[in-house]
Amino acid sequence: MSLKDILSPFYAWKRTLEKPYTIKKPIEEREGADRYRGFHVNDIEKCIGCGTCEEICQNEAIDMVPVDFIHTKKGDSGLRPQIDYGRCCWCALCVDVCPTGSLGMSNDYIWVTPDPEEWVFKPGVDEKEWKDDDKGYRRTDEAWLLDPKLTPMPVMEPEVRKNTFDEMAYGYEVIMATEEASRCLECGICIDACPTHMDIPEYIKAIRENRLEDGLKILYDTNPFSESCGRVCTAHCQDVCALGHNGDPIAIRWLKRYITDQTADRRNEILGIGKPLPEKDGTVGIIGGGPAGLTAAFYLRNYGYKVTVYEQHDKLGGMLRYGIPQYRLPKEILDREIQTILDTGVEVQYNVKVGKDISLRELKDKHDALFISVGAQIGTQMPIEGIDTPGVLVGLEFLDQIAEGKRPNLGERVMVVGGGNTAMDVCRSSVRLGAKEVFVFYRRTEAEMPANDEEIEEAKEEGVKFEFLTAPTKITKEGDKLKVQCIRMQLGEPDATGRRRPIPIEGSEFTVEVDTVIMAIGQKVDSSMAEQADVKATRWGTFEVDPDTLQTNVHGIFAGGDCELGPDDAIHAIADGKKAAYFIDKYISKQGKNHAETK
Amino acid sequence: MKSKELSETIAIKNKSEESWPAIQTDLDPWQPVWAQQKEFDLNSGKYVKIWHGPQHPGVTGNMSVELTLEGDVIVEAKTHVGYLHRGFEKLMERRKYIQCFPIVCRICVPEPDTNEYLLAAGIEELAGIEIPERAAWIRTLVLEMVRAASLTMGLGGQAGAFGLVPIGQWGVAHRDYILDLFEELTGGRVYHMYIIPGGVRQDFPEGFEEHVKFVMNKLEKLISDIEKVMFNNAVFKARAKGLGYIPPEWIEPYGITGTTARAAGVPIDVRKDNPYLIYDQLDFHKILGSASDVYERTTLRKEEILNSIRLIRQILERIPDGPVRAKLPNVLHWKIPAGETYVRAESGRGEMGYYMVSDGSEYPRRVHVRGASYTHAMAVLERLAVGNSIADMAGLMPSLQTCPPEIER
Repeated sequence: MSLKDILSPFYAWKRTLEKPYTIKKPIEEREGADRYRGFHVNDIEKCIGCGTCEEICQNEAIDMVPVDFIHTKKGDSGLRPQIDYGRCCWCALCVDVCPTGSLGMSNDYIWVTPDPEEWVFKPGVDEKEWKDDDKGYRRTDEAWLLDPKLTPMPVMEPEVRKNTFDEMAYGYEVIMATEEASRCLECGICIDACPTHMDIPEYIKAIRENRLEDGLKILYDTNPFSESCGRVCTAHCQDVCALGHNGDPIAIRWLKRYITDQTADRRNEILGIGKPLPEKDGTVGIIGGGPAGLTAAFYLRNYGYKVTVYEQHDKLGGMLRYGIPQYRLPKEILDREIQTILDTGVEVQYNVKVGKDISLRELKDKHDALFISVGAQIGTQMPIEGIDTPGVLVGLEFLDQIAEGKRPNLGERVMVVGGGNTAMDVCRSSVRLGAKEVFVFYRRTEAEMPANDEEIEEAKEEGVKFEFLTAPTKITKEGDKLKVQCIRMQLGEPDATGRRRPIPIEGSEFTVEVDTVIMAIGQKVDSSMAEQADVKATRWGTFEVDPDTLQTNVHGIFAGGDCELGPDDAIHAIADGKKAAYFIDKYISKQGKNHAETK
Repeated sequence: MKSKELSETIAIKNKSEESWPAIQTDLDPWQPVWAQQKEFDLNSGKYVKIWHGPQHPGVTGNMSVELTLEGDVIVEAKTHVGYLHRGFEKLMERRKYIQCFPIVCRICVPEPDTNEYLLAAGIEELAGIEIPERAAWIRTLVLEMVRAASLTMGLGGQAGAFGLVPIGQWGVAHRDYILDLFEELTGGRVYHMYIIPGGVRQDFPEGFEEHVKFVMNKLEKLISDIEKVMFNNAVFKARAKGLGYIPPEWIEPYGITGTTARAAGVPIDVRKDNPYLIYDQLDFHKILGSASDVYERTTLRKEEILNSIRLIRQILERIPDGPVRAKLPNVLHWKIPAGETYVRAESGRGEMGYYMVSDGSEYPRRVHVRGASYTHAMAVLERLAVGNSIADMAGLMPSLQTCPPEIER
């Protein structure tokens, strides 16, 4: 120890001359860093209430609670996160996992409140001073904990599939399906969007955990056409999938197909079909063996009723058979699926056209309840000159022919008119029939096309050419060729359906020379049988029903599917079938009880 | 039982001249301490029992030492913990892997990132995830920054324990400068939750490198000030030199690591012995002492801060560009293949390690945290305190670099 050791510590005094470290609050303010993890902010318009934040929060600080005044959109649970700041640890995992990117954190440092209750609040809903802060922690794309990339489905190359009606999608393999299933958040937003409310997160979980038997049972709880739906469903669930907001939605349809494909050979055994069912008094007649009718038949049979299906064709399946081409839904797949339904003990009378071969009233007397599910079987014709020229076909009749195995010669150039899924089926079938050039004429733009984006994309891959804002006005025959006069359109004000109305542009007429014209512009319902039993129909020809129960004005007669909804997709028909089965069961049970009381 | 390398080091050490007289160690360090405890007749009036902690600032956290005094001299010390038990190891068994990530940082307040790194490294090893190169560099930077922050505060704590209060304030203030950097980089000041399995959460914000350099210069200046005020201080020298001598023979049986071991001349440093992240690409060496007393340990800690500053400068100069995060599987149902692993890292206090077992489910089966504080504060302190004055007790604990939250993980 030296003198230096005694003097050296006085060096500390030098520091008194330096600027202090502290800030003089409130004269000076210090803002939090741009990334500071302060109280949460939530863009409630962007938030869909999927609850993934609640799921990941390790402190259970987040509760999803209903919020009254928000405008609930499609694919929105109507719930919003409520955060308890006595539990929150500000880790921001909820921000990093948020599928929509609505959740963030403000960079506010200090908040003083005397009321302990205020520490539990709903960010973005309750008024806070940092509500609209744009600084603070936000997730970057790199920090996002979820996987926005879809596992692609292996499909036939466009050049190969152009020449064949064989099924174009090969189906997922085990690894692909597990990978895709593991992307699911289990938020359940999809359940609400599905018309028949399939328990999607549960069966995806079953795939993830390789419990395909359980998966199949879950599918059949709500949908006996799962195998077909796994191929051709319009997948409303995928439209609302939480992951779809910032990436690709889960391929729910392909996963459903995966379960049914993998368990196809043991289906009856897994589902216990063929075992004795409970028997109930009462018979139900089902008119039309399409998806709605057969779904109702399946569930009613499982309730224990005797079910008879009246089918006008010699095969069941309705639009699934006659409206959807082989390359999307192979007939043998449909056959084995229908066989499962028939194996429950459903009776079928083929080649019976109700209204002609047997009247609706006769059937009404014969059965305790009736379910009308005749679909929308008549293709709409355009009111233009020359529509009955030979070579002008109706889309639905054309698909019908192909389904029955006919392969008509369309020539080299084919014009398809329409923008729906039927138009896509028609144009892609035309390609497969050997047409060199196929044009789709649609009177609005691509954005307004009702067909699925995937279908449009695949049609383009197969070489189909699209002409938007164009409509035919006159068809004439010259020699072998058809001359179609067309006119250009422009979009005007939105109409009742919310789509912008096309208005013809004067003087923009032009002529196209083609071999065949196929009209795929819509379908109509044939409800002529309705009057035989005084059932009311709407002015569009559809059956009028109580939307809650699907019962028509005549007690005991129910209607559902396309014949009640107007032309729609298979899954809505299936949903109607399931709903009708439930209410028919209620109706018949109540009848029995009433009889007992009156006696 | 002893490793060859260690035994040799100890042998060399024994031959060398002792700088400071050692406490007579008649007890074999391989014998359990409880077998050697004596009975004191408290009714004799000769002894008095007092509790040092849990509210004593010299305890560096919520633990207490039950002291039996004979006059001013400690004749027996028993450590008591349990004031801060949060059960993180058990909590993790009930949480998915990603949910463990926000809680491990709370195991040690001054040095949370080592825990974050070890959990992430363990998960990555079990799941077979490769992290991007830049992420490894950023992780190293974060670990060195937090080591500097923790040691700076520790230096202040050591000074404060001997009555050099301004240095305690300087230390805490300069730690806050580093915390400002963490706030900028990670969004959190104390609990950063930044090193996530797969990499780090986000890349540097704009201008971050410049801010780091600025703070490092400031810190370097502080150390030179402390050098004058603390290390060349007659009072500090008088009290710290010769206090709390740990013989090199104790290092292995007690499991002493970090600067505490290096101050005894035993070259243990995980960064060199078992290089992780990018430590093998950095230029530094083990800092060794010999005297093994409080003064030597404090000096080494100061040197470690300077070393960290040098490492941080190297990292900023050489850090490569690229992504900072590898894509994880869906963390909501992330199953880790069954297996077990032990990952370790050098924290400011010594070796920190995570022993992790996965049974193939979404939840860790077992996570065991090995921290240096457990050894230093629970076992060594009981031995070391005996024979010292009660007044030196406050200075002894910080010199062992104990952090009670880490004991009670």
